[in-house]
Amino acid sequence: MPLSRALVRYRWLYIMLIPMLAYYLIFKVYPAAYLVIAFQDYWPTTGITGSKWVGLANFAKIFKGTATFSFWQLFSNTLILAVYNLIFYFPVPIILALLLNEVKRLGYKKAVQSMVYLPHFLSWSVLVGLVYVFLGSTGLVNKFLTQAGRPNIAPLMDPQWFRPLIVIEAIWKEAGWGTIIYLAALSGVDEQLYEAAVVDGANRWKQLWHITFPAIRGTIITLFILRMGSFMDTGFEQIYLMSNSKNRTLSQVFDTYIYEEGIRKAHYSFSTALGIFKSIISLILVISTNKIANLVGEEGVY
Amino acid sequence: MVERKTPGEITLNVFITVIMVFLSLIMLYPMLYEIFVSFSEPLKLFRHRGLMFAPAGFRTYAYEWVLSDKEIWTGYKNTLFVIVVGLVVNLTLTSLGAYFLTRKDCMWHKPITILILITMYFSGGMIPFFLTVKDLGLYDSLFALIFPTAISTYNMILLRSYFQSIPESLVESVLIDGGGHFTILFRIFIPLSLPAMAVMLLYYGVGHWNTYFNALIFIKTKSKFTLQLILRNMLIMGSNLDVDEQTAEYEQVVESIKAAMVIVSTVPILCIYPFLQKYFVGGLMIGSLKE
Repeated sequence: MPLSRALVRYRWLYIMLIPMLAYYLIFKVYPAAYLVIAFQDYWPTTGITGSKWVGLANFAKIFKGTATFSFWQLFSNTLILAVYNLIFYFPVPIILALLLNEVKRLGYKKAVQSMVYLPHFLSWSVLVGLVYVFLGSTGLVNKFLTQAGRPNIAPLMDPQWFRPLIVIEAIWKEAGWGTIIYLAALSGVDEQLYEAAVVDGANRWKQLWHITFPAIRGTIITLFILRMGSFMDTGFEQIYLMSNSKNRTLSQVFDTYIYEEGIRKAHYSFSTALGIFKSIISLILVISTNKIANLVGEEGVY
Repeated sequence: MVERKTPGEITLNVFITVIMVFLSLIMLYPMLYEIFVSFSEPLKLFRHRGLMFAPAGFRTYAYEWVLSDKEIWTGYKNTLFVIVVGLVVNLTLTSLGAYFLTRKDCMWHKPITILILITMYFSGGMIPFFLTVKDLGLYDSLFALIFPTAISTYNMILLRSYFQSIPESLVESVLIDGGGHFTILFRIFIPLSLPAMAVMLLYYGVGHWNTYFNALIFIKTKSKFTLQLILRNMLIMGSNLDVDEQTAEYEQVVESIKAAMVIVSTVPILCIYPFLQKYFVGGLMIGSLKE
């Protein structure tokens, strides 16, 4: 069908398309043009066309480091937090979903669900504020320690506590909400399978291992691969809000550093290069995890 | 089915029940604790040891302080503006987009779908996004919190999945009667998708209410600060807390005020939460089963 005839026939549909397409072109496609400034010494006053091309100099600077950061510190901070989250956070929603699935009384299950979903709706400002109140010098934790006759602690001022706190907060906020996708997969399991298993004499553990777990294995793998894609996104808001002068050496990650350099100091070219570098690592991680999943006979995401 | 309960099975059930009750308490207690602290009297709060199960004494000073604070009201007003205008933009653009994605026979359907999917996985990153918004002249404007987040691809695909469950014969009958696509969308699709629209309202609404990052990078003028920016300054940085009474219990007074602030800023979400709960779980299920 020629273009003009298609335009006439579907004119209202194309009019409906305009706002959505405009959104994607302006906020998703147009920014991609700005990626070239990673190879420039970009100044807003001269623009992309008037700025000097510097090749890979900005990328070289990433590895060389600057006065305020060393590449390895940034890289290891990001990586360690990501690995912590993967080890300590990732399994929690799975375990929680399996437990919830074992709760057979519907009303009770619903009540528990509505409580574990709740923290998801709190903002990071509020949540970190809560943590400050809890762990502050007169907070609940110290009240408790005083009662138990133990010395008070100040975890927020102690860099040692930074990483554990990040993981604990993430678990508290998102673990409950994270069960939804697993529960959806579990709701698709045919009840008859369990009945047949009971007839065959399988106990609850055997049912769990042979029926329930296989039902969510695909979901677990998909979520794992997707998580690898956002492996380097350590959650800007949480980290930024939790960072203070005491834990700076541990809390500086890619996202916070890009913010610091790009938005606060207006080093646009260097911070864009840093962003590209981060995306490349993420891409490599997704592709290789997906490959590994395929190699061991799983479906993967693509 | 009649279940035979072995002792082992009963133990397991008790074990699971105990864990679940414990977990629910962990999720709920921090908020309850904030409520207790916000209503506590400073001296009694200071003397209190261990867990709290009720306010220590009772006074409403913290709430009076918070509600008489100008900055909090400014934050509330700005956030409300972003939510109301934002939701209108969100729902309009998302439903128009989702409707287009269901019309598979239309030319350009495929390339546009691919374009959208690509943007889900690749983005320019923080700085190009920032520079784009600046180019549009939205820097230091509340609209920087509205237009750049007008569509969440995830939500749009969720809504499309819901639209797709509406029988195609309804669409055809409208087209035969001479109705257009706007009639189909506004007279058939949207009225038949109210649960999904409720989910959109909740997701986008909570997103606007809680957004911090965009406000942090785009909003510079104090009079345009949103609630979350002000909360951060007051709760975490501890600034601007000029409390009149410089007594020995100063810290407890500040603690009550902070707790009251948490409650005041979370109450709207806690209020709509029970009503929308049945929808949002349902909505997420649709998305996860169909995709």
